[in-house]
Amino acid sequence: MSENIIEIKHLKKDFGNNTVLKDINFSISKGETISVIGSSGSGKSTMLRCVNLLETPTGGEILFHGQNIQTELDISKYRAKVGMVFQSFNLFDNLNALGNCMIGQTSVLGRDKKTAEKKAMEYLEKVGMTPYINAKPRQLSGGQKQRVAIARTLAMDPEVILFDEPTSALDPEMVGEVLSVMKRLSESGMTMIVVTHEMAFARDVSDRVIFMSDGLICEQGTPEEVFGSPKREETKSFLSRFLNQ
Amino acid sequence: MSIFSDIAIVWSKYGTQILSGIGNTVLISIAGTLIGLLIGLFNGVIRTVPTPKNPVSRAFLTVVNWIINAYVEVFRGTPMMVQAMIIYWGYAYMNGGSTLPLIPSGIAIVSINTGAYITEIVRGGIISIDRGQFEGAMSIGMSHFKTMIHIIIPQVMRNILPSVSNEFVVNIKDTSVLNVIGVTELYFYAASAAKNSYKLFASYLIACAIYFCLTFTVTRVLRLIEKKIEGKANYTVFGSQSDSVSEIHINEEETANV
Ligand SMILES: Nc1ncnc2c1ncn2[C@@H]1O[C@H](COP(=O)(O)OP(=O)(O)OP(=O)(O)O)[C@@H](O)[C@H]1O
Ligand SMILES: [Mg+2]
Repeated sequence: MSENIIEIKHLKKDFGNNTVLKDINFSISKGETISVIGSSGSGKSTMLRCVNLLETPTGGEILFHGQNIQTELDISKYRAKVGMVFQSFNLFDNLNALGNCMIGQTSVLGRDKKTAEKKAMEYLEKVGMTPYINAKPRQLSGGQKQRVAIARTLAMDPEVILFDEPTSALDPEMVGEVLSVMKRLSESGMTMIVVTHEMAFARDVSDRVIFMSDGLICEQGTPEEVFGSPKREETKSFLSRFLNQ
Repeated sequence: MSIFSDIAIVWSKYGTQILSGIGNTVLISIAGTLIGLLIGLFNGVIRTVPTPKNPVSRAFLTVVNWIINAYVEVFRGTPMMVQAMIIYWGYAYMNGGSTLPLIPSGIAIVSINTGAYITEIVRGGIISIDRGQFEGAMSIGMSHFKTMIHIIIPQVMRNILPSVSNEFVVNIKDTSVLNVIGVTELYFYAASAAKNSYKLFASYLIACAIYFCLTFTVTRVLRLIEKKIEGKANYTVFGSQSDSVSEIHINEEETANV
């Protein structure tokens, strides 16, 4: 495989005396799409939030191009390179769609307004939101908000994007529009870690599937391996619960 | 003698002088509210800085927060009239009797006082913004201060505007206590008219009416501004005819008319 962008080594996270992540190890290489699945409370969000330092790991280390993100990198610059898309969108309510996609570019990357606007327009077009650039978040539907949030992340030219259940807060009819944007992104070679309950997406789009259980990576492999012939009992029962729904 | 003729007499003799106090009342309350707002915003931003990992900056932040808390408690917990006396005469005491110029002193006292109240209002305003927007900003690399300036403060300003307007109205009334250090505002002239004309009821009635006119006007104007800031409920579809070339808004009233 080609070079690793992110390497997670012995990642551990406690909340008080509640150990949520016990020992997480994996890495992601350029262009790869990894889906992270697992039951509620298994620590998927916490793991993703540690990668973006929204949570401070209790132990272990996370390397970005071989450099420790906590000790060797500037947190702002690192975060600008690692995008995050949230379940609850987290758009800026005071800015319209265009502004949402420009503010990070101008204030963090120091791009001038014109460049930022051009870039923002380019990505808003990619996610099919061009007609709504003047709309404020409260004027958009959930699916539209999430597409703007993806454009906001893309506009920073990140090397990796982390998705935390990007479609879980959406009405069923809007899930498709967001998933198709993500699918195109994955096909265009973006490096992505996607925490999701959309098994079809995990199976069809990702290069690798990680099944988390109880703060550990229980099983991982290609979608064919994990979905087709899961080895662990936990994986089997999780998948059967999902498929029987 | 009727109260009306008393009022007429006081008004004809001291009217212009009383009116001349309006200028200082308005000046001090506007300046005091604006500076107080800046103090409040500054304190609110500092108070919500996430705890730094570096022990030195953490200790520094703790001290700064302690000072801000003490400031808020002391100035909210004591009467502005007493504060005015202490600051004004305290300065004179420590500087061999030379006093501060009156209007700047008045503005300073009102600002510091308002700042203490607005600090709390701003903190409430910042806390009321959902966590998600802070995380959204963090996730694209924005620092606490950038997040505050570009994302949070604009929303806080909108949310706290009614409370700040309220502070402004309170200040118009409360500048009257500054007469104790001799600031020549509205109340000062009304009181001196009362003293000189021996028509106390009429003089203070005039002052009362003027205060009410001031606060009533200010309240209406501020409400208009609040409405303006609320912003448009509609947006123009980009690339449609409505975009800059011809304005067709997606707007409830219009659809109702169709
Ligand atoms: N800030 C926090 N403080 C304390 N406990 C937390 C915190 N965040 C998460 N936890 C706990 O960590 C555990 C894992 O949570 P996490 O959100 O990572 O699960 P998840 O796998 O993402 O679940 P879901 O599929 O429901 O999103 C849960 O038991 C949760 O209660
Ligand atoms: Mg989660």
